Amino acid sequence: MSFLLPDAGLLFWMLVVFGIVFFILARYGFPIIVDMVDERKRFIDQSLQNAKEANERLAAINAESESLLKSARDEQARILREAAVTRDELIKEARERADKEGEKMLAETRRLIQMEKEEMMRDMRRQVAELSIEISRKILRRELSDDVRQGSLIEEYIDETLKKQ
Amino acid sequence: MSLIRVVLLGLLLSTQALSPLYASDSAASADVDVKKIIFEHVKDAYEWHITTLGDKHISIYLPVILYTERTGWILFSSKELHHGGEYNGFYVASQGVNEGKVVERVDGKEVRPLLDISVTKTVFALFINALLLLVIVLSIARMYKHRRSAGRLNAPGGFVGAFEMLVSMVVDDIAKPNIGAAYARYVPYLLTAFFFIFLSNIMGIIPFFPGGSNVTGNIAVTMVLAVCTFLAVNLFGNKEYWKEIFWPDVPVWLKVPVPLMPFIELFGIFVKPFALMIRLFANILAGHTVVLAFVSIIFVTMAVNSLIGTAMTFVSVVFTVFINFLELLVAFIQAFVFTMLSSVFIGLSLPQHHTDKHNDINEI
Repeated sequence: MSFLLPDAGLLFWMLVVFGIVFFILARYGFPIIVDMVDERKRFIDQSLQNAKEANERLAAINAESESLLKSARDEQARILREAAVTRDELIKEARERADKEGEKMLAETRRLIQMEKEEMMRDMRRQVAELSIEISRKILRRELSDDVRQGSLIEEYIDETLKKQ
Repeated sequence: MSLIRVVLLGLLLSTQALSPLYASDSAASADVDVKKIIFEHVKDAYEWHITTLGDKHISIYLPVILYTERTGWILFSSKELHHGGEYNGFYVASQGVNEGKVVERVDGKEVRPLLDISVTKTVFALFINALLLLVIVLSIARMYKHRRSAGRLNAPGGFVGAFEMLVSMVVDDIAKPNIGAAYARYVPYLLTAFFFIFLSNIMGIIPFFPGGSNVTGNIAVTMVLAVCTFLAVNLFGNKEYWKEIFWPDVPVWLKVPVPLMPFIELFGIFVKPFALMIRLFANILAGHTVVLAFVSIIFVTMAVNSLIGTAMTFVSVVFTVFINFLELLVAFIQAFVFTMLSSVFIGLSLPQHHTDKHNDINEI
């Protein structure tokens, strides 16, 4: 049973020794170690946080450059499209102008031809009239020697003229 | 390599057990008093018997400090008391209630001195363990201080790393979850208790001089530790804690007119540290006893027959090595359990309001 009876002297010494050890360690030992461990924990947490933020920032930058690239590509496509449209328009316009010009020239030519033709016709008519007058004079000189014939000729002419009209 | 170490350990253990046997058994009697061998080791003594070389005892004689009405304060070396010696009327009782203690004869009766604060074997081992703990912790703290001022926050390796792992375990796995928000105030005590118990347990397993003492297997030592936990629990317990003791949440007839529940709760205040005290003491004492008992098999069987004795030596060494490994585990587990239960009791002394409690239960 003596095992279960605490010895007074040992109690005293244990109280003293444990008290001193506790006092010293609680003051100069463990707080420093615990603080250091906490500080390291905080540092690691902070570092992880920083790394996470840096990653996020990098991802944002990536996304931004991606979108920039995309918009640049869009712009390029748009410019190309516009250039094609402009080109088409220019060609169309040029073609239209050329058509118009050609038509105008054609019309002019046609007008000139018409004019030439009319001139020619007038000329021909005049010559025909002159010839007719010449012929008529010659015929009349010969025919008018005979009165009878004269009368019938006049008759004939009148008929002819009438018919002609 | 490890096998060699194991064998060496076993041999060292057996030499530790050998020495007192030869010392006390000079008559070479066939009867081996196993109980006496074991008790000599696990009980306190006024001198620290280290080993015996031939016929020469190598012991550390420790100071005996007494106070009696007859002599007042008196201090002398335990060498004076060696082998039934007497000094100024004081001698070590060889039998009776005070067996193994310093007594004086008053009126023909053996009487213990009024105060006996001798530096006994256990007290001396206590000094060694305390000093070792102080040196270890303070040097590590110093190292951390240097590292911090140098701005080096990286984790240390080796022994310091292992130490830090244990510190983190006590803080993060024991104190925080069991105590809750106010854990920081109790951390220095819990760490001191944990490392004190752990170191003392380990020192107890080491079979030669600075170790081999039975410090934490002594009820006075565990009693002081339990009282410290008792104070930590009850000095800082909050209002809710005391209310739950004197006016617990039970039907009124359990409280009035006979204060049944308050009585049980009040009893519980003392039972908890008492259980702590007994658990640590009994575990360590049992460990020492079992190791010594297995070693004693050699001498018991050797006394019967040298052939059986030789054969049993192997068995004994194997078993002793096994128990020693077990004790290594127990050394840690008991330190852990003491700290853990202290934290739990402290946590119970800081209950939240009932509404919070319900929330906790719902969350779980």
